[in-house]
Amino acid sequence: MLTESPIIKFQNVDKFYGNFQALTDISIEVHPTERMVICGPSGSGKSTLIRCINGLESHNYGKLIVDGVEIFEGSKDIIRLRQEIGMVFQQFNLFPHLTVLENLTIGPIKVRKISKAEADVTARKYLERVHIPEQAEKYPSELSGGQQQRVAIARSLCMESKILLFDEPTSALDPEMINEVLDVMVELAGTGITMVCVTHEMGFARKVADTMVFMDEGRIIEVAPPDKFFSKPESARCKEFLEQILEH
Amino acid sequence: MQSGGSISLKGLPVRQPPAVNRFFSSTPVSLIIYCFIVGVILYSSFTGAQAMGYNWQWYQIPKYIYSFTDNGFQFGELMLGLWTTITLSFTAFVLALAIGFLVAFLRLSGLFIGTKIAICFLEFVRNVPLLVLVYLFYYVLGPVFKYDRYTASILCLAVYHSALISEILRAAINSVAKGQWEAAKSIGMTKMQTYRYIILPQSIRFMLPPMTGEVVHMVKSSAIVSVIAVAELTTLGQNIISDTYMAFEIWFTIALIYMFVIVILSIGASQVERRYTVIN
Repeated sequence: MLTESPIIKFQNVDKFYGNFQALTDISIEVHPTERMVICGPSGSGKSTLIRCINGLESHNYGKLIVDGVEIFEGSKDIIRLRQEIGMVFQQFNLFPHLTVLENLTIGPIKVRKISKAEADVTARKYLERVHIPEQAEKYPSELSGGQQQRVAIARSLCMESKILLFDEPTSALDPEMINEVLDVMVELAGTGITMVCVTHEMGFARKVADTMVFMDEGRIIEVAPPDKFFSKPESARCKEFLEQILEH
Repeated sequence: MQSGGSISLKGLPVRQPPAVNRFFSSTPVSLIIYCFIVGVILYSSFTGAQAMGYNWQWYQIPKYIYSFTDNGFQFGELMLGLWTTITLSFTAFVLALAIGFLVAFLRLSGLFIGTKIAICFLEFVRNVPLLVLVYLFYYVLGPVFKYDRYTASILCLAVYHSALISEILRAAINSVAKGQWEAAKSIGMTKMQTYRYIILPQSIRFMLPPMTGEVVHMVKSSAIVSVIAVAELTTLGQNIISDTYMAFEIWFTIALIYMFVIVILSIGASQVERRYTVIN
């Protein structure tokens, strides 16, 4: 029943930076509990697309509906809507002046108006889930990159959002730390939360994705389930891209 | 000449600066040069004063600082002036901080009209000499809004320094990484919440060093309100001189009092600074 109406819906969305067109005629739907992985060469508009979903970027033309609410520049609903959308960034963006625990609880306490005690319990639960409960009292700068990114994931989980967005979550990590973050993301994928993930980690994509999306030059070139996407992609551009990143 | 003596761990002679440099930077020689320069200054001002027949009256000075009368210990005129200087500077600084925040937020608001108002204010204040501002606030705005010279001096100093403070605040706020805004937005914070819980706490360490400099600057520029005869340190000094003709002693004393206060402020400032730069 839930899967019938999409939770995210792009309808002919265009986005410009000055004269440069970052997104061209994007139409795509994400359904509740769906796990979508977006890939493509750099500058193809993947990040812009995902950042439109929680209004960090605003689109210029077309229609974007998230959780039943239409998003447009300056809309008042966007601040409330962001509580339902967690986001994990390439550069972690933890709050350096707060401890790990405070990083996780500041959203629930100040935005959701939950009591500190309750927020602490939730925060420790999610720190457990990302396997670093012992780091709660430390400051972000005392943690490794992989640990910081797991704290960032826990922070977005603490808001108990319906949708999780990942914007190249492993691209800024040292190679030996990528797997600890991907493991956490695979575990999350099993919990039934809606995920939209921009990544180059094709192993991860193959494991968790329901839908693969390939983008190039601001357009969606290919949308397919992972089996078909990796075995026989339709477009030549997508095939070329996959060959390049799967070669090694 | 081969430098004698010191041998490094590798067993090779250590390179040293030339002998002339070492001679002039050694402690005893530096001390002698320092004493010589200070001596020349003191001697020439003393002989200069003698030559013009100046009558030194240092013994008169203490009573302007403190006195013991039948009523017990009392502060002298200069100390009362210093107190006015301090309260004046403090009040003006608090007000300047408030105006500075307002202007900085207007500038950063992203609203077209807000930005323009802030820029006009900054350009006006920064491009008018402080002395002219003082006259403007006392002789023009004073009669219009019916306030006294003390209020005029506070308003004038506050407005002048608020322009400098707002730029300090703006720079400090802009020094916080853009990702912090995005992270705060993504957990649903409003702009106000983001400033309060995320951006301002992080920008404190960027604004503190220039801000403490601004406090010192405020105490120094408060002397200018002596032109509208507000009874602060400099004005009282002038009054004493016109009564007693002890220009040399009084100006030396006033310079020393300012220096004393500002050195203490600077020490306090560097303590605060050290406390706030620890995190990351």
